[in-house]
Amino acid sequence: MAVTKREISERLSEAVGFSKREAKDFVDFFFEQLSQLLEKGEVIHLSGFGNFDLRDKRERPGRNPRTGAFAKVSARRVVSFKAGHKLKNRVKSYAGRKEKN
Amino acid sequence: MTRSDLIHWISSEQKDFLQSDIDMAIRVVLDYLSESLALGQRIEVRGFGSFSLKYRTSRRARNPKTGESITLTSKYIPYFKASKALFRRMNPPHT
Repeated sequence: MAVTKREISERLSEAVGFSKREAKDFVDFFFEQLSQLLEKGEVIHLSGFGNFDLRDKRERPGRNPRTGAFAKVSARRVVSFKAGHKLKNRVKSYAGRKEKN
Repeated sequence: MTRSDLIHWISSEQKDFLQSDIDMAIRVVLDYLSESLALGQRIEVRGFGSFSLKYRTSRRARNPKTGESITLTSKYIPYFKASKALFRRMNPPHT
């Protein structure tokens, strides 16, 4: 089962003593603020966790993988997340079965 | 924007939470996300994006400084994919 805002709120409420309502509001607010910053073109560096950087991609030719038809991939801005050392180290030795994406 | 900038920014954007609580809450949220990824759990934040692990096979690599050849073992790395909603906000249609 994937972790969602609900699980994050529950953890927050247990760990910080926020009410369920406060925890939910905080989680919504937190991710909305991150989104707003990225929307404004601000990169976010969270030490211990990772960096949300932005990359501007040029227009490029692409193909529809199903039909093989040529299609233009428009110029776009994408988020590139690079995990920090601490998170990388915690994750790299994960040995279990990979969850299906 | 760094973690402390983020705390100040979030603090200034609302009046329901104390700055000290925001500081602690962000720590708890990020720790929980890290802990979940370390357990191999996928994270889906509606409207923002999802975090998952990607597998990297072992490979031969070189130390660029010394030219020495080393073997990197296979590993998992954290991966983030922005949601469609976030993508649209960052790439408004030109009209």
